[in-house]
Amino acid sequence: MPAEKRMRLDEAIDRFVEDGSCVAMGTGLETCIPFSAGHEIIRQKKKNLVLIGPISDVLFDQLIGAGCVRKVQAAWVGNVITGSGYNFRRAVEQGRLTVEDHSNLTLTMALRAGAMGVSFMPSKTALGSDLVRSNPGLKPIFCPFTGERLMAVSAICPDVCIVPVQRADVHGNAHAWGNLGLSREACLASKRIILTAERIVAPEVIGSDPNRVLTPGFRVSAVVHEPWGAHPSPMPGFYNRDHQAFVDYQEASRTAESYHRWKATWVDGVSDREKYMDRLGSERIQALALGEHLISEPADFGY
Amino acid sequence: MVTAAARHVADGEVVFVGMRLPLLGFLLAKETHAPNAVGIYELGIVRDSAAPAPILTMGDLPNLYRASWLADTGDAMALLQQGRVDLSFIGGAQVDLYGNLNTTCIGDLQHPETRLPGSGGACDLASLAGRHILIMAHQRRRFVPRVDYITSPGYGDGPGWRRRVGLPRGGPSAVITTLGCFSFDPRSRRMQLDTIHPGVAPETIRSETGWPIDLPEAPAETTPPSEHELKVLRRFDPEGYWTGRR
Repeated sequence: MPAEKRMRLDEAIDRFVEDGSCVAMGTGLETCIPFSAGHEIIRQKKKNLVLIGPISDVLFDQLIGAGCVRKVQAAWVGNVITGSGYNFRRAVEQGRLTVEDHSNLTLTMALRAGAMGVSFMPSKTALGSDLVRSNPGLKPIFCPFTGERLMAVSAICPDVCIVPVQRADVHGNAHAWGNLGLSREACLASKRIILTAERIVAPEVIGSDPNRVLTPGFRVSAVVHEPWGAHPSPMPGFYNRDHQAFVDYQEASRTAESYHRWKATWVDGVSDREKYMDRLGSERIQALALGEHLISEPADFGY
Repeated sequence: MVTAAARHVADGEVVFVGMRLPLLGFLLAKETHAPNAVGIYELGIVRDSAAPAPILTMGDLPNLYRASWLADTGDAMALLQQGRVDLSFIGGAQVDLYGNLNTTCIGDLQHPETRLPGSGGACDLASLAGRHILIMAHQRRRFVPRVDYITSPGYGDGPGWRRRVGLPRGGPSAVITTLGCFSFDPRSRRMQLDTIHPGVAPETIRSETGWPIDLPEAPAETTPPSEHELKVLRRFDPEGYWTGRR
């Protein structure tokens, strides 16, 4: 029998996110962002983390504001619908945070190199750009076969990646659907994987549709049952994006003081995601429910 | 700006759609003159129909609903890198006369006056799409002779630069600003005015541009949005989040 990996979120973060470790999050881009896990990292006052992700929406900004982060390797840090991430800005402008600037394609290639077990991947992007000035992991090279210019992207192998999924079994086999962003590469490249699942289901449910499995269960370290774990980002099949939360966060993060008031309410002021949802209130939660369902046709995996 | 950008999409083109205003521009084109355009989104979505409900980000669930393909970022980027993308739209903070775009930092990289969010997919779109269009607020502090940092390459320092650095294709074909529509002279690769928005004085463009820009004596006016275009925009942006009634 494969090992059971189900545990509480606080236990998973305590065991698998060490101070100073490299953590990949937000690999779905605008969807399925592990806000719940990020808030637990803040509550546990983790320090000196290196965050890896394409566009984390406001999650990286929240972790930076809480003082958990020493460096980011990212394509974009801000608030997708409003623009700037104010904690990120303050930290860089005051010299407290190192940034390795990626594009979405170079970060994909860095994680794919990690996933493939090679030291770099070539691409054709960013040639002539200044990304090479703020990322030592990018170097123009010549193709040994055609002689054309390529951008070599150095591999990234995170210590841990955290991915919200729709449903998982206790062994770490999980169904993820919707757009997947960089999640497959991030899982394969990472030493450890934490999944937060909207639902825990029997292994037979996952086994009925193996094409939908995110990554092999034997590579997963922890499975956490965490309904609403991606709020306020959207979770296909479960809930829509809570735009108001992002607009409110823009105002709340404008100064360090107002950010700390926001954190005291929404992170430190709630012990877990259940209390967070209580604070959000049933009216707000109901407004995010899917209004239109679309159930896919079953596929026959028999023999 | 959204309408002017949307008009650059030809029917049947493959468009790589960036975040924020470009989302709306693509939906408008799709619902008016370019019903057969295909949209690719960097988070791993290809769709050949407009989203059935208003969206503020490309990851909003209506944008996933009945998509042609839900896949990985690497898959969307593969189509782009292969040269399958005709056109893309990107927004920026600072642009120069050769169309190089900066969304990374104002001032010195090590000690920036202002740190901006960064590339996202913009560098990839500017590097690899068949052509790309910039959508910008037109202000003197944003229209500078030389950007502080090239996040998304335009024509570099002029003719031949893209080929020299190894970029396989592309370059900016237009800049849509709050004051007018611009393109790039095919020989000098410098930005030039095409049309001026109704009610804008040429002098304003001159004073809000940080380099001496040549303007025709009687520039043509940008065609304002039609009733139909406005109707479609209101359908996709009912609360005016992107179109300024916020």
